[in-house]
Amino acid sequence: MLEIKNLHVSIEEKKIIKGLNLTINKGEVHALMGPNGSGKSTLSYVLSGKDKYEIDNGTIEYNEKNLLELDVDERANEGLFLAFQYPMEIPGVQTSFFLKTAINSKRKYLGQSEMDALEFAKLMKSKAEELNINTEMLKRDLNVNYSGGEKKKQEILQMSMLSPKMAILDETDSGLDIDALRIVSEGVNKLKSKENSFLVITHYQRLLNYIKPDFVHIIADGRIVKSGDYSLALELEEKGYEEISKSA
Amino acid sequence: MAATEQTIKQVNTLGDTDYKYGFSTELDEIRPPKGLNEDIIKFISAQKDEPEWMLDWRLNAFKVFNKLPKPEWAKLNIPEIDYQDCYYYSIPKSLKDKPKSLDEIDPEIIKTYEKLGIPLKEQKMLSGIAVDAVFDSVSVATTYKKQLSDLGIVFCSISEAVKTHPDLVKKYLGSVIPVSDHSFAALNSAVFTDGSFIYIPEGVRCPVELSTYFRINAMNTGQFERTLIIADKDSYVSYLEGCTAPMRDENQLHAANVELVALDNAEIKYSTVQNWYPGDKEGKGGIYNFVTKRGACRGKNSKISWTQVETGSAITWKYPSCILQGDNSKGEFYSVAITNNMQQADTGTKMIHIGKNTSSKIISKGISAGKANNTYRGLVNILSKAKNARNFTQCDSLLIGNKCGAHTVPYIESSNSDSMVEHEATTSKINEDQLFYCQQRGLNSEDAVGLIVNGFCKEVLQHLPMEFAVEAQKLVAISLEGSVG
Ligand SMILES: Nc1ncnc2c1ncn2[C@@H]1O[C@H](COP(=O)(O)OP(=O)(O)O)[C@@H](O)[C@H]1O
Ligand SMILES: [Mg+2]
Repeated sequence: MLEIKNLHVSIEEKKIIKGLNLTINKGEVHALMGPNGSGKSTLSYVLSGKDKYEIDNGTIEYNEKNLLELDVDERANEGLFLAFQYPMEIPGVQTSFFLKTAINSKRKYLGQSEMDALEFAKLMKSKAEELNINTEMLKRDLNVNYSGGEKKKQEILQMSMLSPKMAILDETDSGLDIDALRIVSEGVNKLKSKENSFLVITHYQRLLNYIKPDFVHIIADGRIVKSGDYSLALELEEKGYEEISKSA
Repeated sequence: MAATEQTIKQVNTLGDTDYKYGFSTELDEIRPPKGLNEDIIKFISAQKDEPEWMLDWRLNAFKVFNKLPKPEWAKLNIPEIDYQDCYYYSIPKSLKDKPKSLDEIDPEIIKTYEKLGIPLKEQKMLSGIAVDAVFDSVSVATTYKKQLSDLGIVFCSISEAVKTHPDLVKKYLGSVIPVSDHSFAALNSAVFTDGSFIYIPEGVRCPVELSTYFRINAMNTGQFERTLIIADKDSYVSYLEGCTAPMRDENQLHAANVELVALDNAEIKYSTVQNWYPGDKEGKGGIYNFVTKRGACRGKNSKISWTQVETGSAITWKYPSCILQGDNSKGEFYSVAITNNMQQADTGTKMIHIGKNTSSKIISKGISAGKANNTYRGLVNILSKAKNARNFTQCDSLLIGNKCGAHTVPYIESSNSDSMVEHEATTSKINEDQLFYCQQRGLNSEDAVGLIVNGFCKEVLQHLPMEFAVEAQKLVAISLEGSVG
């Protein structure tokens, strides 16, 4: 699904990712954990194609394609989804309209006809209910005056409606209370299949109680310093980043 | 709604050029020689079989025009206009004897309107919009006439009204925009060719949207339309005009005068979707759109509301205004002006508060892309008798790229201490992070810009009649094509 080799990234001459390797196969859930400023969000932006990031070295292959050659929207329509750490507000654009536009952009890219209004409304309603989102909220402008938790839920709603092949969740758990965390995790688990993969970025082991990762990676200073299975997350919880990074 | 869907489809499919209405129609035309003089004015008047009083009115206006200085252009960069190098009248030959029914209209013209997505055919009238269409200089057909006349509503071309309702025309024509107002007002009064006339009788609420489509087809022809709308006591009308023109390398002149009169408790809602050809990317060709639009809230509790979506024209110069004479009368101005490439727009409004408790609201959204310049210019004038007058103004500008400009020039004059005037203004650049977010959801860069800009304009677009809001959103997106990436 995704193969990152020897990735070096800088922004404004500052080196941020310094030789990162990561392979994610179909059907796998990977957790990426690391301290603030270690380059987690940077990696998610580079994968989704945000400009201003300089790729100094390395390759990224995605479903047998050179990911770095694809535009942002091409990557999205090829099934790569990023749940943002800080979702954007778009004033004047109704959330439901945004969802519909996103879905139809993808269908257009895939050469399919637009989803009809009724089918869309049904899909949105059922997915929103799963996430315990009040459909009234979807009539409001996208993310405008949403609470932190509502924004994160909104990201997961978008994800479940677009059903991506490769989803990156950037600190989706921060800002969620314990109930919301459970609901969001259930949403993710429902989507999980043999056909798709997840990269779950988080600070805390807490989320991984709900979304069980197949692999856990620890990132520090732009490099993966240690990889393991779920038990690594528990070890990290116990010892803290500093000690784990040192022992690596 | 069928009409709107059709329009959108047309917008999507027409031509492979950037301007989707850029086709022209091959027709035999009747045209007097180029130039502006008394003979031309007499020719126009004679073509229209006008009564003598109308010709005299025109000739007087021409005298006034010759005496008036040209308007000050402020922010606009306008080349000298050679009035002698322009045709002032052009009609397709087949329209010379005005068709009695739609079946008699030249199929070429019907085809043009179909390309534009305008419902002229009878079966399409079910859509609930009464349409008058002005093709170059003449009004082609007015649909829905029967149903409207049963209510006593007059909706016809101004040329027809001159003959059928001379008293109303004499009483109100030039009563809101005096001939001597400025040189374009005088020019229009001298050579105006066609436009719409609407009279809503006392106590009648017009049940359908009234609409006119203007199209400039003939080469080198100026279009001078004249519209007059009178809403008698306790009446209501909503009117929409749409405009397109074919692509031509030369500039074409469009100088319209629109007058609205609202009597006691009457309300007029006037919406414009202007999409004249803007010229090419280098600024060659395009329409010069110099328009005078003014509404008089003459009666107490009357209301006039202007909503405009200005996406076309090489140069736009217009300030739809309200004269708030009646006590408690209200004026509103909602505007979206988009300039891309080399376009220039200088637009805004004037709210003149005369009566007591009058209030006005101005919401202006200016969007500039490419090397375009966009200016909001507005005047709020509160006269001494306008006790307790209120105004709220909000001007937001959005810049796409860094070669374009946005300017806000608000004038406030208040001769009254108990009036209240609020003004808010913002200028911002299109947000890269918002664009990235949309693209991450699969929208291409142009769709992303269209979506964000439409969101920015929502406060204005929601004031358009519903049937046209969708079309306007589409236009907003189309007119910004090529502005990013
Ligand atoms: N636009 C930017 N300009 C300069 N430095 C940046 C920019 N974005 C991120 N950084 C820096 O890159 C490093 C990694 O940031 P980030 O990827 O957001 O970390 P994380 O998500 O792991 O907390 C930090 O030191 C941060 O300050
Ligand atoms: Mg981060």
